[in-house]
Amino acid sequence: MTPDQIIFLISAVLILVSALMVVITHNLVHAALWLVAALFGVAVLFAILNASFLAVVQVVVYIGAIAVLFVFAVMLTRKELRDRGTQTRANWWIPALLGVLILAGLAYLILGQPDVSRTAPAIPAGVDTLRALGTALVSPDGYALPFEAASVLLLAALVGAVYVAVGRRS
Amino acid sequence: MNFWNDPINFIADWLRGLLTSRGMTTGLSTVILFFIGIVVLIIFAMMLDIFLVWVERKVVARFQDRLGPNRIGPFGLIQPFADIIKLVIKEDITPAGADKLVYNMAPVLAMASVILLWAILPLASKIYGVDLNVAVLYLVAAGALGTLSIIMAGWSSNNKYALLGAFRMVANMISYEVPMVVTLLIPTILANTMSVKGITDAQHSVWFVILSPLGMMIFLISAIAELGRAPFDLNEAESEIVAGFHIEYTGMKFGLFYAGELLHAFTFGGFVAMLYFGGYGVFGLEKFLPFLQAPLVSALIFLAKAMVGYWVIMWVKYSMPRIRIDHLLAFNWKFLTPLSLVVLCVTAIASKLLSGSPTWLVAMVMFLANVVIAWLTIEILRGVGRRQRKVEEHLTSPSSPLVRHGSE
Amino acid sequence: MQNDWLYIGLFLVIGIIVPIVPLVFSALVAPHKPNPIKQSTYECGIETVGESWIQFKSQYYVFALVFLVFDVETVFLFPWALSINQLPIFAVLEGILFISILVAGLVYTWRKGLLEWI
Repeated sequence: MTPDQIIFLISAVLILVSALMVVITHNLVHAALWLVAALFGVAVLFAILNASFLAVVQVVVYIGAIAVLFVFAVMLTRKELRDRGTQTRANWWIPALLGVLILAGLAYLILGQPDVSRTAPAIPAGVDTLRALGTALVSPDGYALPFEAASVLLLAALVGAVYVAVGRRS
Repeated sequence: MNFWNDPINFIADWLRGLLTSRGMTTGLSTVILFFIGIVVLIIFAMMLDIFLVWVERKVVARFQDRLGPNRIGPFGLIQPFADIIKLVIKEDITPAGADKLVYNMAPVLAMASVILLWAILPLASKIYGVDLNVAVLYLVAAGALGTLSIIMAGWSSNNKYALLGAFRMVANMISYEVPMVVTLLIPTILANTMSVKGITDAQHSVWFVILSPLGMMIFLISAIAELGRAPFDLNEAESEIVAGFHIEYTGMKFGLFYAGELLHAFTFGGFVAMLYFGGYGVFGLEKFLPFLQAPLVSALIFLAKAMVGYWVIMWVKYSMPRIRIDHLLAFNWKFLTPLSLVVLCVTAIASKLLSGSPTWLVAMVMFLANVVIAWLTIEILRGVGRRQRKVEEHLTSPSSPLVRHGSE
Repeated sequence: MQNDWLYIGLFLVIGIIVPIVPLVFSALVAPHKPNPIKQSTYECGIETVGESWIQFKSQYYVFALVFLVFDVETVFLFPWALSINQLPIFAVLEGILFISILVAGLVYTWRKGLLEWI
C-alpha cells in the first residue's frame, strides 16, 4: 500500500463520515461545519491527484465563500437551530442496501475498463499544467466561448440575487 | 554547495545521508526531514511572534508619546514572556451554554491558519518551506480558514455581542477579499507566474511597486482590512461591543487570538514586501556585491522589509479612527473593487503591449498609467463631492421648502 | 502526490498541534473552579435579558452573495492572467470583456440599492 493510497483512504473516510454527519446531526451549525470538513476532504483529493490549482480553488470558493454563505443563511433564518425528532427513517436499511448494490455494480463496471489505474496519473515532465489550463481557457480554439458564457452565468446569478433580495425587502 | 551558499540543502543532505546509512528508506527519511524542517520553521515563527508583542507595545507607546514597558528586563524585553506566563496560569472559564468542541477549536484554527502561511513565505532564495506553484491563491485559502474560525468563535460563545462582532468581522473580511485577490493578480501578470518565489525573482530589475503603485496601495488597504486591524477593527471595537467575537475567551485561548493577529499582521507585511517591494532582493545589487546573495543575509533583508511593512500597518492603526460598518462596506464595493479592476485591466493591456520593450520604458509607461488612473479617480471623486455639496446647499438654503421659518 | 503537498499536509497537522500545546499546558496548570456567576454570559456587567438570539440584518447575506459571485470571477481570472503572455492581444481583450460584464453586474447591484447598509 503506497503512501498515496493510505492518504486517499483516510480522506475518503473523512469525506464519507462528514457527509453522513451533515445529514444526521441535530444542530444546524454543526451540519455546516461537517460540510466544511467534507469539502476539505475533497480538496485533499485534488491535491493527491496533482491538481494543485483545483485544490486551492476548492478551499477558496467552497470553504471561503459557499460555506460562509451556508452559515449566514442558517443563522439568519432559523430561530431554533436544532432539529427536533429523529434524523433517520425507520427502515433506513433498504436505501442503504440499494446504495451498496449500486456501488458494487459501478465498481465492477469501472474496474473492468482496460485503462483504469490505481495511482494518480503522472504528469509528463516539462508540462506546466497551470499555464496549459490558462491557455486552453482563453484561446479561441479552446474554451473561450464557455469562458465568456461563465461570466454571463455569473451575471445571471447576481441579477437573481438582486431580485430575490429586493423582493424580500419590499 | 557549502553551508553558506545553501544551508537548508546542505543540512538536509547531511541528515539524509545519516538516516539512510542506518538503513531507512528515502521516503521515510524525506518525511522525517520535512518534519524537522517544519518544526524549525514554526518555532522560528512563534519566537518572532513573541518578539512582535514587545515591538507592538513599544511602538504604540511611542506613538502615544509615552515609554511603554521598560521595567522587566532591559528595555522591557522580558515583558512578552511575563505576559505568556500570566495567560497560561489564568483560569479558563467556558461560558454556560457554549458549544464546547467548536469553542475550543476556534482559537486553534485561527492560529493554524496564520502558521500555514509560513509554508510558502520565501525568506531567501534558498530558504523557504515549499515553492508551491499556486502560492498566491494559497494565501487567499489560508485567509478563508481564518474567516471560518471567526464564525466558529462568535457563534459558539452563546453571547449576542460575540455573534454580532463575528458577523461584522466576517462581512468585513469577505468584502475586502475581492480587491485583495484582484491586486494579487497584478504581480501574477507582471511576473507571469503564480509562485511567490517566482514573483520575487522577477523583481530583480525593477520592483513592482514602481510598475503599479496603485496596486500596492490597494493591496495594503485590503490586507489591513483582512487582518481586522484599525481602522477596520469592528470586531474589537472596545468602546462598542467590548471585545467582539473573543469576548468570552480567557487565558491562553485569548492569547492565541491576540498572538495570531500580530503574527498575521507581520506575515502580511512580509507579503507586501515580497509581492511589491522585491522580497529578499535589493534590485539587482547582488551582481555587484555577491555577499548579498548569501541566504542568511537575504533572509535578514527580507525580515527587515517585512518589519518595515509591519511598522506601516501599525502606523495606520495608531493614527486613524475607526471606520463605521456602512462606510467600510461602501468604500470597498463602490470604490476599491471597481478601481482595482480598472488597474488590473490597464496593467494587463500595458504588459501585453510592451512585452518586448526595455525595462525602463515599461516602468515609465506603467507608472504614468497608474498616475493617470489616480488623477482620473480623484477628478471623479471631486465631481461627486461637488454634486453632493450642491444638493446639500439646495436642501439647507433659506428659500428651500425643507427649512422651517419662524414659528410655523 | 508531489512532495509539495505532502509538506503542506504535514505543515497543517503540525500547525494544528503547535497551538494545542500551550492550551494543554494551561489546562494542567491553571485553576479550575467554575461557578454559575463566572460562567454567565458577559454583557458589560448587566444580566442578559432573553435568549442570545436576535434577528440579524439580512444585509449580511446579500453582501455574502455578491462576494461569492466576485470570488468565482477572480478565480477564473487566475488562469487568464498566466496565459496572456503566450497568446496574442486577443486574449487580453477576452479577459477585459469578462471583467466588464461583471462590473456591469456590480453597477446594476449598486443602482438597485443593494449595496446600502440600511
